[in-house]
Amino acid sequence: MSAQVADLAGLTIDEIRNGLKGRSFSAVELARSAVEFAEAENTKTNAFLTFSAERALEAAERVDRKIAAGEDPGPLAGVPLAVKDVIVTKGLRTTCGSKLLERYVPPYDATAVIRLEQAGAVIIGKTNCDEFAMGSSNENSAYGPVRNPAALDRVPGGSSGGSAAAVAQGTAVVALGSDTGGSIRQPASFCGVVGVTPTYGRVSRYGLVAFASSLDHIGPFGRTVKDAALVLQTIAGRDECDATSAFAPVPDYIAQLDGNVARMKIGVPREYFEGLTSESGELIRKGIATLELLGCEVREISLPSTKYAVPAYYIICTAEASSNLARYDGVRYTTRAEAETLSDMYRKTRGAAFGAECKRRIMLGTYVLSHGYYDAYYLKAQRVRALIAEDFRKAFGEVDAIVTPVSPFPAFKLGEKLDDPLEMYLSDIYTITGDLAGIPCMSVPCGKTAAGLPVGMQILTRHFDETGMFRLADAFEKAGGFTGSN
Amino acid sequence: VKITEQEVRYVAGLANLSLTDQEIARLSKDLDEILTHIDTLNELDTSNVQPMAQVLYDAGETATLREDRERATLGNAAALANAPAAGAGYYKVPRVIER
Repeated sequence: MSAQVADLAGLTIDEIRNGLKGRSFSAVELARSAVEFAEAENTKTNAFLTFSAERALEAAERVDRKIAAGEDPGPLAGVPLAVKDVIVTKGLRTTCGSKLLERYVPPYDATAVIRLEQAGAVIIGKTNCDEFAMGSSNENSAYGPVRNPAALDRVPGGSSGGSAAAVAQGTAVVALGSDTGGSIRQPASFCGVVGVTPTYGRVSRYGLVAFASSLDHIGPFGRTVKDAALVLQTIAGRDECDATSAFAPVPDYIAQLDGNVARMKIGVPREYFEGLTSESGELIRKGIATLELLGCEVREISLPSTKYAVPAYYIICTAEASSNLARYDGVRYTTRAEAETLSDMYRKTRGAAFGAECKRRIMLGTYVLSHGYYDAYYLKAQRVRALIAEDFRKAFGEVDAIVTPVSPFPAFKLGEKLDDPLEMYLSDIYTITGDLAGIPCMSVPCGKTAAGLPVGMQILTRHFDETGMFRLADAFEKAGGFTGSN
Repeated sequence: VKITEQEVRYVAGLANLSLTDQEIARLSKDLDEILTHIDTLNELDTSNVQPMAQVLYDAGETATLREDRERATLGNAAALANAPAAGAGYYKVPRVIER
């Protein structure tokens, strides 16, 4: 079994399927190895907050029983999966990276979790994240930051830093994250893995603890485009428990990974490259050159409202967060500060349990929604959001996909930006536009800096065109784009 | 200055957040910086732009309503399992009304 532990970090979903089919290992053996490996490696990165050995073994036993009985064990049979700790799991502690939910044990499973387990996936644990998914570095977790597997003195990005780190480190084959302003793509880029934010509504948010409801998404991480696509294939599609989930049929993503991207029109928005002089910029330009070698037609485009995305985003997301986080009042969710009156109990509970970033966002959101400010802030931001969405709509009249950086810089050192919230917010510039428009977007690795830090390239496509996005990303991967070795 | 300490205290009241004096001072500075940056939105004339309140519709609005049929619910015990204080099938809270 030790041989499997050594191999675990590089396994793909296809290799697991073949391994199970060829009886090289059983799902139970794989699950046991995966949990042991993840527990042992966790001292390095702090990627996991909770392990679920019992649940993993039960899921693996179901897979082995089906295989023994000659039944189809499902497209994700035996695949070790990590789930970000803002996605609820029945009977398995879900903290949202917050002290407030330290003892919260959800009474139900998220729809995405149910669908993955029905497909045979094996949940090995819940991953660390910024408190209530608010942050770009994972340093806002009440349980300590995650360290980047590529450089342990650096952040993994955020807020889904634990999920990105687990997949990069190899302790999970795939993972679920959530993205509101870049929380899947930015950590994917910092850790050197694939991270996908699907179209708004493509994946049910039932069981995703709400942060900003008009922006929240669930999406997958994988080490290959195909693995991430296989996870999205499983979790996508209408769910009557989430009225915002889309009816659009889910195409067969894998069948479209044919490597043929010749004459695909790629837009490179000039606003995203102005002043981008870092090594990250060079690697992304090299990535775009690889796409040209594959026959893509690359042209410069303009998304003129880009510079207004950050202020619009931080109005909308904080306004919605201040409303969504009102439920943590000491009545229902495990944590309460004792007080003589009800209103004192609310104030003390919230004052004691929320971390600094949550408080900052609740305060900003409450302010912009307060009497007399609604039109000047929230309504204004919604109008600006419409302009940003319109920029993309126009661009997609000319091109099939847009390629941009994910972050202005690679993973930074722990603590380096913690004292400047505005600078941290500004660094989200390349990722929040996709969330505001609700279009699918993903980060793919595109090489490493001289210091060995991974850099990600972002691909964005039209609403519900995950198919085109995956086809381009997969062709880029097959051409050696992930390692920058074209 | 976009926001004063006094306003920060008022907003903390609206948000039901008890904050220390140190937190109030820090938040006054942070919110002031962020609100100043947000002011860049005023460069844009948006008077003819419809606010984007909905991300996208891929079906009629009523299509999202499911059929009204009875379904099993969580049940009282499961719903109360995470309550800091419960009794007789209810959440318990501190005194609300003075006698």
